[in-house]
Amino acid sequence: MNVLYFAWVRERIGLPREQVQTDAATVNDLVAELRAREDRYDLAFSDLGALRVALDQQLSDFDAPLAGVREVAFFPPMTGG
Amino acid sequence: MRITVQEAPFDMGTEANAFAAGHTDMGAIVTFSGVVRDLPDDPLVAMEIEHYPGMTESALTDIATRAQERWSLGDVLVIHRYGRMAPGEQIMMVATAAPHRRDAFEAAEYLMDFLKSRAPFWKREITANGASDWVSAKDADEDALSRW
Repeated sequence: MNVLYFAWVRERIGLPREQVQTDAATVNDLVAELRAREDRYDLAFSDLGALRVALDQQLSDFDAPLAGVREVAFFPPMTGG
Repeated sequence: MRITVQEAPFDMGTEANAFAAGHTDMGAIVTFSGVVRDLPDDPLVAMEIEHYPGMTESALTDIATRAQERWSLGDVLVIHRYGRMAPGEQIMMVATAAPHRRDAFEAAEYLMDFLKSRAPFWKREITANGASDWVSAKDADEDALSRW
């Protein structure tokens, strides 16, 4: 699965994207796996209220299932306009 | 409908004239542009905008399509830049054309409200004293969506 990070999430983790091998059933499960890896992931995901997630480029929820999803992106609330 | 996501500056007058041309059946054209605003206490050196290629275009198209379904519009234009820009530069513009002004104004406001918090852009301000801070999303921007 392709996992993308934007804005300060990218900076905290130190990567714009990576391939992740996972059997996580939901976004929350994937987040738990990532947080368990290293402190930088743990820090980046410490406040899920300050994060948004998109599944295959559609805004989604953290309890959404990951079955069939190819691309997961994590980022802070958007500030366009 | 035209949706453009680009790094290069654009000329708002040229874009607005091109948008208005060929719509003789439209009585109302509304244009709005967002500009990089300088900060009074700590001068801004630059604003940097990051986006999510692919998702950005589809999110903007989705927002514009919803506006077209909701109001009687002849055309919709959205231009949004990414990358580095200086104070005074235009960040983005929206334009709507409609037979009547209320549809054009309301659709433009709708586009702006959704674009601010549903299109995957993130702004960072770089100031003269060396600070480099991501702009936080405002609760008011999220609240603005509830009126639609």
